Amino acid sequence: MVKATERPTKSRKAAARGNGAKGRSDGAKARSDGAKTGGAAQSNAAIAGVASHIGLENERLAELYRVMLTSRLVQDRMFVLQRQGRAAFAITGQGHEAAQVGTAAALKPGFDWVIPYYRDVGVCLTLGMTAREIMLDFLARAEGPCSGGRQMPTHWSKRELNIVSGSSPVGTQILHAPGIAWASKIRGEKAVTAVFFGEGATSTGEFHEGLNFAAIHKLPVIFVCENNGYAISESSEKQMSVKHVADRAKGYDIEGIMVDGNDLIAVYQTMAWLVEECRNGRGPKLLEAKTYRIVPHSSDDDDRRYRSREELADWMTRDPIDRTKKYLIDHGALTEEQDAEVREQVDVEVKEAVAYALGAPMPEPETALLHVYAEGV
Amino acid sequence: MTTITMPQLGESVSEGTILKWLKAEGDDVAIDESLCEVETEKVNTEIPSPYEGKIAKLLVAEGETVKVGVPIIEITESGAAPAAAPEKVAAPAAASAGQQQGEETETFAGDGAAPPAEAPAVPEPRREPVAAGGEVQAWPPGQMRSNGAGGDRSTRYSPAVLRLAEEHKLDLSRVKGSGAGGRITRKDVMKFVDSGEAAVAPAGTEPAATPATPVAEGQEAPPAAAAAPAPQLEGDEIRKLSATRRTIGERMRQSIVEQPQAWMMVEVDMTELARYRQSVKDQFREREGVDLTFLPFIVKATVQGLKDNPLLNSQWTPDGILVKKDINIGVAVSTEEGLIVPVVRAADGKSIAGLAQEIAELARKARIRKLALADVTGGTFTVDNTGAFGSIASAPIVNPPQAAILSSELIVKRPIVMPDDSIAVRHMMNMCISFDHRVVDGADIGSFMRTVKERLQSFGADTPLY
Amino acid sequence: MAERSVIEAVRDGMSEMMAADERIFILGEDVQQGGVFRATEGFLDKFGPQRVVDTPLAEASIVGVAIGAALNGLLPIAEIQFADFIHPAMDQILSEASRLRYRSVGTWTCPLVIRTPWGGGIHGALYHSQSIESIYAHIPGLKVVTPAFPEDYKGMIKSAIEDPDPVLFLEHKKLYRSIKTEIPEGDYRTPIGPAAVRREGDDVTIFAYGLMLHESLKAAEEVAGEGTNCEVVDLRCLRPLDKETILSSAKKTGKVLVVYEDNLTGGFGAEIVAIVAQEAFEYLDAPIMRLAGPDIPTMPYAPPLEHFYMPDAAKIAAAIRELAAY
Repeated sequence: MVKATERPTKSRKAAARGNGAKGRSDGAKARSDGAKTGGAAQSNAAIAGVASHIGLENERLAELYRVMLTSRLVQDRMFVLQRQGRAAFAITGQGHEAAQVGTAAALKPGFDWVIPYYRDVGVCLTLGMTAREIMLDFLARAEGPCSGGRQMPTHWSKRELNIVSGSSPVGTQILHAPGIAWASKIRGEKAVTAVFFGEGATSTGEFHEGLNFAAIHKLPVIFVCENNGYAISESSEKQMSVKHVADRAKGYDIEGIMVDGNDLIAVYQTMAWLVEECRNGRGPKLLEAKTYRIVPHSSDDDDRRYRSREELADWMTRDPIDRTKKYLIDHGALTEEQDAEVREQVDVEVKEAVAYALGAPMPEPETALLHVYAEGV
Repeated sequence: MTTITMPQLGESVSEGTILKWLKAEGDDVAIDESLCEVETEKVNTEIPSPYEGKIAKLLVAEGETVKVGVPIIEITESGAAPAAAPEKVAAPAAASAGQQQGEETETFAGDGAAPPAEAPAVPEPRREPVAAGGEVQAWPPGQMRSNGAGGDRSTRYSPAVLRLAEEHKLDLSRVKGSGAGGRITRKDVMKFVDSGEAAVAPAGTEPAATPATPVAEGQEAPPAAAAAPAPQLEGDEIRKLSATRRTIGERMRQSIVEQPQAWMMVEVDMTELARYRQSVKDQFREREGVDLTFLPFIVKATVQGLKDNPLLNSQWTPDGILVKKDINIGVAVSTEEGLIVPVVRAADGKSIAGLAQEIAELARKARIRKLALADVTGGTFTVDNTGAFGSIASAPIVNPPQAAILSSELIVKRPIVMPDDSIAVRHMMNMCISFDHRVVDGADIGSFMRTVKERLQSFGADTPLY
Repeated sequence: MAERSVIEAVRDGMSEMMAADERIFILGEDVQQGGVFRATEGFLDKFGPQRVVDTPLAEASIVGVAIGAALNGLLPIAEIQFADFIHPAMDQILSEASRLRYRSVGTWTCPLVIRTPWGGGIHGALYHSQSIESIYAHIPGLKVVTPAFPEDYKGMIKSAIEDPDPVLFLEHKKLYRSIKTEIPEGDYRTPIGPAAVRREGDDVTIFAYGLMLHESLKAAEEVAGEGTNCEVVDLRCLRPLDKETILSSAKKTGKVLVVYEDNLTGGFGAEIVAIVAQEAFEYLDAPIMRLAGPDIPTMPYAPPLEHFYMPDAAKIAAAIRELAAY
């Protein structure tokens, strides 16, 4: 786990660099140049963060804030539904909202490719999935777009949005990213592939093999690590001897960037820059968003066994939703009245989604036999 | 003289081309000195000599391609042989028949080739799983032994043999086994069936029958002629043949094909019998627990007819007409599975009450499929109460190898001209008989039918039930 | 009709397909220089480095990257240098490729071919000789093919490339250059699924695939002279499995020998035995026999040890004699 005290300092340092930029692309250029000339320590483990929302209009910011709220509320409902016996299992990512929404907001839905991992409700909502779709799959309904009740909840997928179906073994999806990007690259397409995972996944062989392959072929892949400090109960010290996941980028001679994962603006701007780098053929990137999950690993987990309530309380003071709200209000993008209104709207939307999903039919038993192979082959 | 063969120069490589000889005939050669350059699909390399000596003969021309294991050069070894001179390894005597030229046997280098110099120059042990007697042991060993192949196995039947025996109604004790321990094989059964032997019952013995078949006596039916497949249209449905259905089909076909059958019908006045039965049936039921139907009377009358006309209680055989001593009456019973014909044995010794009891019991057993082999074998004549289905005339098919089958039809009230020319309402019943015309003629049948008719018409108030 | 070896048939099949469809590309170790068995000889010159991709020495990434490419519209042919080394990629094959269609209710598919040389008898020892088919044929969603003849190698690699689902294409190393037969002219396909009766007979049925099919044919010839007439069925494809042909041949002869070079216990042949026992019981005239490798880590290096392990024509003939006599 990264010590909290380190963050503001580095964040400010990076922010200072970002502030010097006049526009989004200029900013990206400036940082890119800095990365190229600034030496390994700087380029591979720079903390990015900004104090202004260059590249994000107020309206777009308010929209992302709303997605963050939806993501939080949907996942809160998941735990409630599980405790009510209406779902067998819940695994969520409350606390990751800025990291998820900020990164996904920098991607073009349906054009860029996204391989989420199980906590990424915020990523999927940002790209265009609805609370209703999330709930349909969470409750294993036939209509669920991800797996129609075949997978455990939270294995997100939606073909139309290039959101790729995933499995449960940790890290396997990392290898698909260079493959997808390879296809985009040889067809001359500008699409970028973003693959998401936690810091636990960086211990797998697939992490190494995926970064290695992407780096060798300079593929447009952004490896996004949502580092929440814990792989279930194991803290980062048990996963790696380096301090930061971003440090691993050195081994592949690619850029590894750290960002305050609870700072929506910083996450967005860093991701936007990396996306642009990738689109312009500058090879794969590793982004580490430092964040914290403020809930247990899953509905089967009791996080009191491995982390203190004081630590949790400390992180709650940096809740990404509160921080985003404050930023929006400070910058005139939101009022308290508007906040209450949007929270009310999101609450209604999520309630409707839950009601719809609860009323939707389960899959017919014999459909279990379908889709093993293509029909008629 | 030592021969060197084309070595296997890579996995999956099966041949090599001599690009260039680096030695000529008569040249001296030292161990490890290159003999030639070889090209294969995978590698190009020089071949070092495993021996010291003089080149005796180059066996393959430059540019020529040969399979792995083919001799390419002969060397006359000099005195300074390697520490342990490699013996030539001949192809194993019991090598697999499938062994092709070029397939390696015991050495890596190929058939008969010496191992490379750097490898320990000791002949490899001969190929193992060659047991005494040249027998090759398959893995896993002893599969058949665990199935008990030893000893006399002539009465251990495989599922295939049992199935065929059932299909062809075979007595397996007549089939000679050619398998291990005298076991009867599927092919033994097929041969037996094809020979026609199965179709001929040995003289003087009754062929075996199996339970739950519609007939008492089994005779081998020739296999059904291959029929053209019936066109099946949408909505049509194939109903699988049950064992009973299949047997009925086979037997009925056999009956029609083998027996020239003729038919006759008489009518019987059952009025007195009906009246009598009406008067005793409630009491009978109370006492005996079964209904008193017309059938025991009909069987009783039939027995009388058979006693008077023994030719009808017989069967056709190539040796002559086999007249049966016992009168065993098969009584057709309709079940869900199809027609079944249990047999009332020694019917001539039974009273009407006894017949009623036995028929009721056999019908019950037939309907719950509890008939024993003895219940369905040994019939000599069959009675079929088709009247139960409302029929007033039917043409039953003889149950081979019996000679005749009698059907009793529905009893109906009809106006009848009586002997005194008056007209009366009488209980009339038709009786039909189909018979094997090889065995009996119309006169015999007429005589039999007259007896049965008279006996039935004689039943009345003074008829003893016991 | 041209004569082709197995390796040439595979090469021709891939080359013809790649020339016709630029979505097809090959990735694997050493494929640019032709691969260790020369399956992709000349491909780099013909199709360029974007379609003939040398990968790092990491099997999981070969298959994982291929899956990604398949998800994004390409038709990858992943080469695993030896079947023995496929296991690091098993998670990708089992957890990902075979399940993408199912877990996404058909919205994602994975048209992928994984080619790999398998089998023994070539002094490959424990790690260049293995049979892996039973492990992978167990996986629904994956297809597993094991051809024996050059004609099928060419026809089935083409079918595999066109197949909308992942296909594990197993090529027997020992057959690569030892079998050379005439193959049809033109652009033909061999369907993935149906088995082929290679020799008709009515005494004993032998079920085999790959190298063992050829050894079984040799053994059948050998015992034919003794009056035993064997039917030899080339399974060709283990998943999907042609149960119809298996049952009809088993019912025809009533005596069944299943030959496979994998370890005996839990080998794929056990599935054939189970099917016959369950669905042709009343037709059996003898116990169903298996002939396979002993349960030792496949397979030792020294020639006498390797010979002891490998089923061959002589061992098969011995088993046939035992079965025929039963």
